[in-house]
Amino acid sequence: MSSLTLTHLRYQFLEQLRVPISLVASAFFPAAAMLAFVVPFTGADPASATSATAGMMLFGAMSSALIGLSIGVAQDRERPWDPYLRTLPAGPLPRFAGRILTTMIGMVLSVVPVLLISAFLTAATISPPRLVLGIGALLVGSVPFMLMGLFIGYAVSSKAAIAVSQVAYFPIAALGGLLVPLEVMPGFVRSLAPFVPSRGAIELMWAAVAGRAPSPVSVVAFAAWSVLAGAAATWAYRRDEGRFS
Amino acid sequence: MTVLARGIEVGRRYGDVLALDRVSLDIRAGELVGLLGPNGAGKSTLINLFVGLRRPTSGTVELFGGSPSDPVVRRGIGVTPQETGLPESLRVGEIVDFVCAHFPERYGTAELLARFGLGDLARRQVGGLSGGQRRRLAVALAFAGRPRLVFLDEPTTGLDVEARRTLWEGIRSFHADGGTVVLTSHYLEEIEALAQRVVVIGRGRVLADGTVRAVRDVVGVRRVSFAAPAVPDVPGILRSSVEDGRVHLLTTDSDRLVTELVRAGTAFADLEVRPTSLEEAFITITSKEDTRV
Repeated sequence: MSSLTLTHLRYQFLEQLRVPISLVASAFFPAAAMLAFVVPFTGADPASATSATAGMMLFGAMSSALIGLSIGVAQDRERPWDPYLRTLPAGPLPRFAGRILTTMIGMVLSVVPVLLISAFLTAATISPPRLVLGIGALLVGSVPFMLMGLFIGYAVSSKAAIAVSQVAYFPIAALGGLLVPLEVMPGFVRSLAPFVPSRGAIELMWAAVAGRAPSPVSVVAFAAWSVLAGAAATWAYRRDEGRFS
Repeated sequence: MTVLARGIEVGRRYGDVLALDRVSLDIRAGELVGLLGPNGAGKSTLINLFVGLRRPTSGTVELFGGSPSDPVVRRGIGVTPQETGLPESLRVGEIVDFVCAHFPERYGTAELLARFGLGDLARRQVGGLSGGQRRRLAVALAFAGRPRLVFLDEPTTGLDVEARRTLWEGIRSFHADGGTVVLTSHYLEEIEALAQRVVVIGRGRVLADGTVRAVRDVVGVRRVSFAAPAVPDVPGILRSSVEDGRVHLLTTDSDRLVTELVRAGTAFADLEVRPTSLEEAFITITSKEDTRV
């Protein structure tokens, strides 16, 4: 990693820490959902408590990726600081890499309350290697949501990004079975679930934390969503660059 | 003299709007150039091309013999950010450290801040600075990487007289040490006080380029003023105004105007003929351009 990337990471992270509302928000919702849904209903059974905890971790990471990233990118594009940075002797890479790394740190921080609640208030169990593997799966599973966040951030204004990302966030999370298990959902949700990106992501996490084999359909759909979101993000980024060329 | 920045037949279009129309301009080492022009004339577009923010639609822009879009080439320039965009939650010292980190040769943060009268504010968050302090910080950032060439866009807008003079001193001392400056300003007084060379831009073209004196002389505009109740009806007046019982006339031929006044039998007293200020020359050049189009 270049030292300029580290410089950008350091100051972007500092900015985030000084106005921690988005960090607090990404950590609050999954923690609250954990207390409301997981602890009372599945907390007593080790296996289901562990899977449910993984779902809440992903729910939190999705918030940082989809909502946090899209709003951050859209706001930066509107500030005159952005064109100034383009005059500094650096290409776009350090800033971009700094932003992605800042988001990933935010994701990892946002799952800490969920892990603490899970450890102290439920029967969930996990070995340290599986926990590390699970964090890795969390980061991989967040890739399509980060790309969607980038797409929204580069495509629309910050006000629109707030609305669009929130509207996308809850349905994607719910349809994938992150909030309540699919078994209690209506039939049409169950037939739709394998094709939403959050399903593939959570199955990857379950494979990491519990060794459960993921459904091939969901994993393929997950990969397809990643490619699609990557193409959309690239398109929106290029279009935005075009305004400066 | 070495040319640091050069535009050759540069054109820049935004959709249907032609912002720059075949502009050729050399910025040579050691110059202090003032860019003048009304809003929308193409000044900012020209600077944006030189600092690599935009690319020309036609023609060539060179910076230190290379392309402004090459990050390595941009190590030699300094640019002022708009002070409204400075990251609010960062401290003054942190922003300077951050910008300095992009340059191989750079000022120490403390030294740079001291130079711009911001030494006591290093630990202050940007959000808590006054408008004038932000402006000074923005200008200081242009010098962070020990540039050979700085682009200062409206450097003293919103500063009080004392702060403006301090900043002028800073710009002059940078220039005295061999630095090259391109500056735009709404304050013509500022260009007159600082710049050796003035480039007037209007409607996307270079209308005049020379010393402050030459730009004044190029239009040959004189101000003829005298005590009289109303503006007399004589030919050759570019602009006229009446102030406190004195009539002020701008003309390119003051001799002829005075002859016409006498011939018309106009009653006047206390006649005065003098060269125009840069502001008057500027208004004349750009309004001439208006009449030609």
